[in-house]
Amino acid sequence: MAATTLPARASGPSLMARISRATPYLLLLPGVAYLVVFYAVPSFQMFLYSISTGNVDSGYQANAGLANYATALQLYTRQIWNSILYGGLATILTLLIGFPVAYTVAFRGGRYKNLILFLVIAPFFTSFLIRTISWKILLGDEGPLLGTLKHTLGILPADFSLTGTPIAQLFGITYNFLPFMILPLYVALEKIDPRLLEAAGDLYANRVASFRRITVPLALPGIFAGTLLTFIPAMGDYVNAELLGNPTTQMLGNVIQRKLLVQNDFPVGAALSFILMGGILVAVFVYARLLGTEQLTG
Amino acid sequence: MTSATLERGETQARAAGGGGFLRLFDRFLLPVFTALAIGYLMIPIAIMIVFSFNEPVGKFNYTWNHFSLQGWLHPFDWPGLPQSFATSIAIAFLSTIFATILGTLIGLSLTRYSFRGRGAINTFLFLPMATPEVVLGASLLTLFVATALQPLAGKVPTLYPTNFTTILIAHIMFNISYVVVTVKARLSGFDRRLEEAAADLGANPWITFWRVTFPLIFPGIMAAALLAFSLSIDDFVITNFVSGTTNTFPIWVYGVIKNALPVQVNVIGSLVFLVAVGFVVSTNLIARYRSREG
Repeated sequence: MAATTLPARASGPSLMARISRATPYLLLLPGVAYLVVFYAVPSFQMFLYSISTGNVDSGYQANAGLANYATALQLYTRQIWNSILYGGLATILTLLIGFPVAYTVAFRGGRYKNLILFLVIAPFFTSFLIRTISWKILLGDEGPLLGTLKHTLGILPADFSLTGTPIAQLFGITYNFLPFMILPLYVALEKIDPRLLEAAGDLYANRVASFRRITVPLALPGIFAGTLLTFIPAMGDYVNAELLGNPTTQMLGNVIQRKLLVQNDFPVGAALSFILMGGILVAVFVYARLLGTEQLTG
Repeated sequence: MTSATLERGETQARAAGGGGFLRLFDRFLLPVFTALAIGYLMIPIAIMIVFSFNEPVGKFNYTWNHFSLQGWLHPFDWPGLPQSFATSIAIAFLSTIFATILGTLIGLSLTRYSFRGRGAINTFLFLPMATPEVVLGASLLTLFVATALQPLAGKVPTLYPTNFTTILIAHIMFNISYVVVTVKARLSGFDRRLEEAAADLGANPWITFWRVTFPLIFPGIMAAALLAFSLSIDDFVITNFVSGTTNTFPIWVYGVIKNALPVQVNVIGSLVFLVAVGFVVSTNLIARYRSREG
């Protein structure tokens, strides 16, 4: 084997050097080219349609300017607000639920740590759609939860219903994205050196003060990552609104889906997609500024 | 009070909790809250499994009737279900293979070389993960439609009406970034000196890669492939935009629940869940066993 390698090495350092300089780019090329063709180009195509008029049969002309955006903002104000409302509330709820859980697992998990983390990711082993259907079963008028509360325990009136309510939708979204919040929070909290908290105690900080001055600042990267991982998909979600909500609780995603798949209205659908993307980018930017970018990279 | 007067025990008591409420909070409220939150995460899974043993009244499996094994004995007994499940498996396999190869090459490039434009490539790879699925699906559909219209029609392969191929294209696309992230995480601790040692012992780069590098990064590649497979088999939102008349299992479920909720949906869901859990638990046990042996 060694014999076969020698001539290759001797064939000239300049060629070898050139190959090795090109290696990282050659390795990147197929995958990045794929993403350019099927991520970057579609985004550009969608931008073109968002400033176009026309239809699927006759083709499109990019002559609409911002008219589609104006139409989208005017006609679908309610769904845009719903996306912000449900996406925002679900993110806050996942943070309120997720932080104590991640904190408990990181600092008090002991030998149950891995088991609890496994349970946190267990929902990922089931289809998102089937989990949402399970919520529909659970919250159904005569389902396991309400049926028991109404008839067996008699706590709720017989006509009490959660089907098609904002509450059902909100808890469905919160449920679906909760693991995305817990995992990054756990990773950030797990890294905190317990000696820092001991030192704070030695310096007369009480538990509340050391939590506020040490734990929370050090957990910020996790809070940031978790919030984004929850907020972005929650804003764009339409399955929960479709299965658990009602026509008045529909979100931006529902309209985009209907425009593109049912009504074949590509220009307005494309404009709505860009409004969603733009909204998310602005929210991320403002949020990063509020939390302080230095702390996040540190 | 000077610091000398403060007993060490007292500082520890302060650090560990001190007051009665904090102790209650620590010992009782936090664990109970965590248990409730885990319960919240488990409930829909439990419902899915329990209702797979139901014998539904009528067409909708929404209310508990009585225990039955009918669903489990005939898991594919519903028109369209077997085909859609086979499609899901095929798409998951193919997209996993392609995305794992493409993503691993990118991961190797990003962790083992420093070159101009690396930061930009990292940002670019992050974008598909930061884009809401609904937007990814919508933009792919606009591209596919555009391939059938002027000015692109005839100049590029036509990808509209959408079908199996377009679903596959979409799944490879959204999986690449996740593969890159996973492979990068596993590669970051790689000891380059092992490769130098192989070269010193006369191995050429090709031999070095296959005999030294690849076996060491293989667990990372497998982890990435598993993630890609599960993301693909579960995907609904993006697939819904690019599937046309082809049904994957989630798409089929979405269509069928408008008219019926067959118990088979719960059975297949439970089956996939149990296989996935079994796989993860057994690979962990094997890893633990091996590390004890070695």
